[in-house]
Amino acid sequence: MAHAEHKLEILRGLIKFKSNTQKIWGVLILLSIITAVEVVLGIYKPEALMGKVIGMKVLNWIFIILTIVKAYYITWDFMHMRDETAALRRMVVWTAIFLICYLIFILLQEGGYIEGVYSTGYVKKDF
Amino acid sequence: MDTTVANTGTEGKTWGGGNKPLKASYGKMMMWFFIVSDALTFSGFLAAYGFSRFKFIGSWPIADEVFTHIPFFHGSFPMIYVAFMTFVLIMSSVTMVLAVDAGHHMQKSKVTFYMFLTIIGGLIFVGSQAWEWGTFIKGDYGAVQTKGGNILQFGEYVTVDGKEKFKRVAVEDFAKVSTSERVQHERKTGIWFSSESALPMFTVNDVYAGLEAHSNVLVRTQTINEEGEKTVLSREESLKQIKNNGQLYVKGANLKVNEYGTSLFADFFFFITGFHGFHVFSGVVINIIIFFNVILGTYERRGSYEMVEKVGLYWHFVDLVWVFVFTFFYLV
Repeated sequence: MAHAEHKLEILRGLIKFKSNTQKIWGVLILLSIITAVEVVLGIYKPEALMGKVIGMKVLNWIFIILTIVKAYYITWDFMHMRDETAALRRMVVWTAIFLICYLIFILLQEGGYIEGVYSTGYVKKDF
Repeated sequence: MDTTVANTGTEGKTWGGGNKPLKASYGKMMMWFFIVSDALTFSGFLAAYGFSRFKFIGSWPIADEVFTHIPFFHGSFPMIYVAFMTFVLIMSSVTMVLAVDAGHHMQKSKVTFYMFLTIIGGLIFVGSQAWEWGTFIKGDYGAVQTKGGNILQFGEYVTVDGKEKFKRVAVEDFAKVSTSERVQHERKTGIWFSSESALPMFTVNDVYAGLEAHSNVLVRTQTINEEGEKTVLSREESLKQIKNNGQLYVKGANLKVNEYGTSLFADFFFFITGFHGFHVFSGVVINIIIFFNVILGTYERRGSYEMVEKVGLYWHFVDLVWVFVFTFFYLV
């Protein structure tokens, strides 16, 4: 246990690190860049990204995708998921992803439906 | 003499428990399973937030207008402070993973140093969170709540760099304090079990009188228009709304009222960031315990710093949750 081997490549081998410590700093830089991009987009909200794709603004899709990218690197490199066996990794990741997607789907679907009832039904909200 | 069954005689056999297909220790695996269940709890909360938000998609508060403060500075700086908090938490995750790495190499002093930095980072984060709550509870402009529970805010059009912009105006700056005949009801003035909380600073009539006297002030409703901004009413409409529908002057946010919009927003904010903040707090406490164990040499004697790794998993998980809270509360 004391000398577990670490996999030292990120971005599918595009960047290879010499040591685990170096990889940690590399991942920090990557996460900081992503956060900075998110904050800049959040402050300026470029007009070009306000179009809607599948019911949501492009900007919001970008935020969610960048968040998942960040989550991936935190789990894979900080929590050493990269070094665990495939079975453990799949057990943890796919269980969570499946259940979370299911939950999000039901609740958002229902929320959207109720919104429809409010705005097209005979429910008075502005008084 | 064995009085308990220590051996089953099936060691090494595939189904006997002798082999370790996942190559992870019991403790680490249990930490992973805890993390999965905790992740589901948090996603339950965030999905519920999404549910309420989709329900009121046309009138949800715009986060950029709610969280605009930085300690010690005046003015509007949306996002900056939360970005700082996010960075602090990621940074403390980095020092944690460095501590784990030093533990793998059995470097006690390095583990101690990095654990210390991690604890400091956690404390800065919890402190920032407390400040953020304080600012949110205190509020900044004040608003009027209608009979239907909607929020009416105030502002005026100003020209900045040749562009007309809607600028918020604080109720305190235009409302007229009347000599109100209404007195707070206290226990000493009636029967002992009946009292009420402090009265709002203004009555709706005070606000209306002030609005009448200041012809530049307009009312802004919760409704989001096609440009993605809140709807600003005309002067006549503004006066009519306050007169007919206004019921209560509110400032700041709590579990009952919220000057920024629907009170559900405040409820979810307190609940989700509170639950996360509690996780950070317990993470700091656990980190402190492990920190002292490292100093005392417990893991040195045990020959393995795996405990640091297990606590590290929890700490990274707290960071992971924050990444999602940050996105769904402040960005999207």
